[in-house]
Amino acid sequence: MSAVVEPPAPSSPSQPRPPAKITEAVIRLAGNSQDGIQAIGGFLARLAGRSEQEVMTFMTIPSTISGGPSIFQVRVGSGEVLTSGDEADLLMAFYQHSYNDHLSSLKPGGIVIYDSDHVTELKPENLEKYRHIGVAISSLTVEAIGGTGRDKGKNVFALGLLAKMFDLNIPKLTRLLEERFASKDASVLTNAMNAFNAGYNYELATAAQLFQFQPGQNVGQAQVVMSGNEALAWGLIAAGVRFGAGYPITPWSDIMELLRRELPKYGGMFIQCEDEIASISMAIGGSYGGRVAVTGSSGPGISLKTEALGWAVMAEMPLIVVDVQRGGPSTGMPTNIEQSDLNIAVFGGHGDSPRVVVAPATVEDCFYTAIEAVNVARKFSVPVIILTDQGIATRIEAFRLPDLQKLVQDISPDLSAVADHRPYDLTAPNGVTRHLAPGTRVASGKYPVVTGLEHDELGHPTGSGKLHTAMTSKRRNKLRRLADEIPLPTVFGPDHGNVLLVSWGSSQGPVQEAVKYAQAEGISVSAVHVKYVNPLPNGLDAIFARFTHVLVVELNDEGLYGFGGQMTALLRSRYCDPKIVGLTKSDGLTWKIREILERVHTLTTKA
Amino acid sequence: MSSLQFPFDVLSRTGAAASLPAPAVILDQDRKPLTKKEVSADHPTWCPGCGDFSVLALYFKLIERRKIWHEKITTVAGIGCSSRFPYFVQAHGAHYIHGRALPFATGVSLSRPDLHVFVFGGDGDAFSIGGNHFVHAARKNVKLTYVVMDNQVYGLTKKQTSPTSPIGYKSKTDIWGAADRPLNPMKLAITAGATFVARTTATNPNHVLEMMEAAMDHDGFSFVECLSECVEFYEGAFDAANPRKGGKFELISKEHDVTDEYAAYKLADAPWPGQFGIFYKAAKPTKNQNEAKIISDHRAKVAGQADWQILQKSFDRMK
Repeated sequence: MSAVVEPPAPSSPSQPRPPAKITEAVIRLAGNSQDGIQAIGGFLARLAGRSEQEVMTFMTIPSTISGGPSIFQVRVGSGEVLTSGDEADLLMAFYQHSYNDHLSSLKPGGIVIYDSDHVTELKPENLEKYRHIGVAISSLTVEAIGGTGRDKGKNVFALGLLAKMFDLNIPKLTRLLEERFASKDASVLTNAMNAFNAGYNYELATAAQLFQFQPGQNVGQAQVVMSGNEALAWGLIAAGVRFGAGYPITPWSDIMELLRRELPKYGGMFIQCEDEIASISMAIGGSYGGRVAVTGSSGPGISLKTEALGWAVMAEMPLIVVDVQRGGPSTGMPTNIEQSDLNIAVFGGHGDSPRVVVAPATVEDCFYTAIEAVNVARKFSVPVIILTDQGIATRIEAFRLPDLQKLVQDISPDLSAVADHRPYDLTAPNGVTRHLAPGTRVASGKYPVVTGLEHDELGHPTGSGKLHTAMTSKRRNKLRRLADEIPLPTVFGPDHGNVLLVSWGSSQGPVQEAVKYAQAEGISVSAVHVKYVNPLPNGLDAIFARFTHVLVVELNDEGLYGFGGQMTALLRSRYCDPKIVGLTKSDGLTWKIREILERVHTLTTKA
Repeated sequence: MSSLQFPFDVLSRTGAAASLPAPAVILDQDRKPLTKKEVSADHPTWCPGCGDFSVLALYFKLIERRKIWHEKITTVAGIGCSSRFPYFVQAHGAHYIHGRALPFATGVSLSRPDLHVFVFGGDGDAFSIGGNHFVHAARKNVKLTYVVMDNQVYGLTKKQTSPTSPIGYKSKTDIWGAADRPLNPMKLAITAGATFVARTTATNPNHVLEMMEAAMDHDGFSFVECLSECVEFYEGAFDAANPRKGGKFELISKEHDVTDEYAAYKLADAPWPGQFGIFYKAAKPTKNQNEAKIISDHRAKVAGQADWQILQKSFDRMK
């Protein structure tokens, strides 16, 4: 908690101190997955969004169906928030196991509010280190709701405690509660409000310091609050995608559920298929129908889709494939974060099959990347893989309301007749294939076939080595043209110096925050973020040349030869520069700022 | 703050055709039925005597007879000898990967209800590598016509056992004779929920055309198994159904109730070479209709709103 104004000491011990002004706070809620931890975390995130503050969340859910420990961490700030925070200022512990497991996630001097009905054994050595506040959350909730004997609603009681402690905006919070509970039975809202008020009015003031957030920096800007998976799905809708197909797999399923639910409003549909291969095939069929379609999955499903993906490359069919990465290989760690699908995204499949791979960095970026990916797929008639990860998929952020009137596009097919057409025209000035949607009349009477066989300009099979060479170059050269158009990323921090951190995907936030910390301590660390993974933008080598060390921060293994992970290998093969070294880990968790800085220190000081 | 790196680029269908003048608009009623010459493209790569020639010729005849225009049909296939089909037809077509023609064709059918989608393939494509897709396209009752040219052998890869090879058939992978019991395509289609199930044989052209036409007119997943001899690797496989080779072409009795699923299943149990005709036909909601209903219900609620306004409403709820 960054206090900017120290509150004056209380005049007498019984008088509460006036609230301390803070710029940000990291709150960790620890309980079981059925306690509605996610729900209060979500309330806090949405409240921050509505209060023009920055917010970022992090959560873990057990991979079992119900029950099991669960946490939700929310970081709310008046300034720029890049990560969900290394350590928490406040821990809300609902059970003994929550207390035992998460106390160490608190900053020294942090506050733990524990449910004294469940947490009975406090660690004596910690009583000095952290401020302990026991509240009989369970029994007070039961009492507030009116003795149903069940403690359902204690999450809302806890929200009341937090609202008091952080001086949260009660009218806005009340509206959020009404929106959440109003559609149900009236007593549900009444119970929720009773639990909330009981928490809010609990005599916390004498035991705890109260806080008040500085006004947010995003004053006057309407914000929306959502997860990365949601942002990606909405982005696809904005981009004009109206057909998709998929198969359930964690953590991709949210995207297909949202598309299934929403697309009919726009005249579209999303089909749940019998398997991963059917889903990519159906999406390709939809794309062939004349409008870019979407499929997606997570690691194991992407493996299954690669043959069909190769067909889309060969037939030059635009397509969006979303890969929400998780820990692999095989079933791996389905609910953990890892960035180990880069190789399959870039290289997966047989034959020379160039495709586009783009990795969004934040929740907001998921929305815009989806639109970009659709337009790149259309412009270059190529499959585009959106490589996101478990980190951004489930995390909730607030971002500026996009200008939807300007962004939403109509990409319905043009079925007007043409005189003649050769989709794989080798003389096309831009070198890019243009498909005719079926239903288009061709006056010459020569109709194209789309195919996975090597083909001539009309799509008919050929065994000619000369044509195979020409068509292979055509499929590769268009990506070179795309590379020419990709803007060179800007360097975060000084544009030259000792250490350059290279990030991709959701590592951008922690890397940039690490740069800020390092700079504050006078250490020369800058960063560059690579969004277009394949093709890479031109000119990264010129940036690398201005730094002594180039460290690629990625969540995957250091590789057989130990020089770094999958992006490191890609950059090394592109630039042949042994200065490019990986900074990797594979513990299934997001980067902590401290970890990055420690590793920077180790990697740059060894002989 | 994120923004688009690639702003919009409104695409036109450029290419070699761009410089050519746009064709004159011809009204459908002024168009003449397409001739065989106009609908044939590449010369088929099949061996002389292959049963697939017959199916192709009858597809052309169907197009001519029913006055279907080039652009109104889409011919889709997977991999196999028979799956080369789209190259031989002068119309929009797709030659997809092995076993996955049905989900591809489903994508076309659902996103483009204005087209007739025909899928052609062989027994390996349909019942082995693509078996799962066959079952699910049937159960979803996707509107398309699937003609499986069943030769009971893998021909393109030169004589391996197929899922419909009879017990005892000697192939390169079963030199002692096939031991696994063959699939019965009729039974499979009926139990999977196909709403049009028919059987024909390439040696009876009139019947092939009749079945294909009935399949095309069926609203739903229409499946036609067409026995189609591989003269190279399984010569004489269907002689028992060919009167010219001393066999018997037995039509399904007129008394058969095509809406009776159990009767259809029993009919499929007839000893080889079995009977020919429509085994099962039922009017059931199609996937296309179900999705169209969901869409019209949702569209009614947002009538008069532009797409961005619908999206704006959702975003306003996330503020």
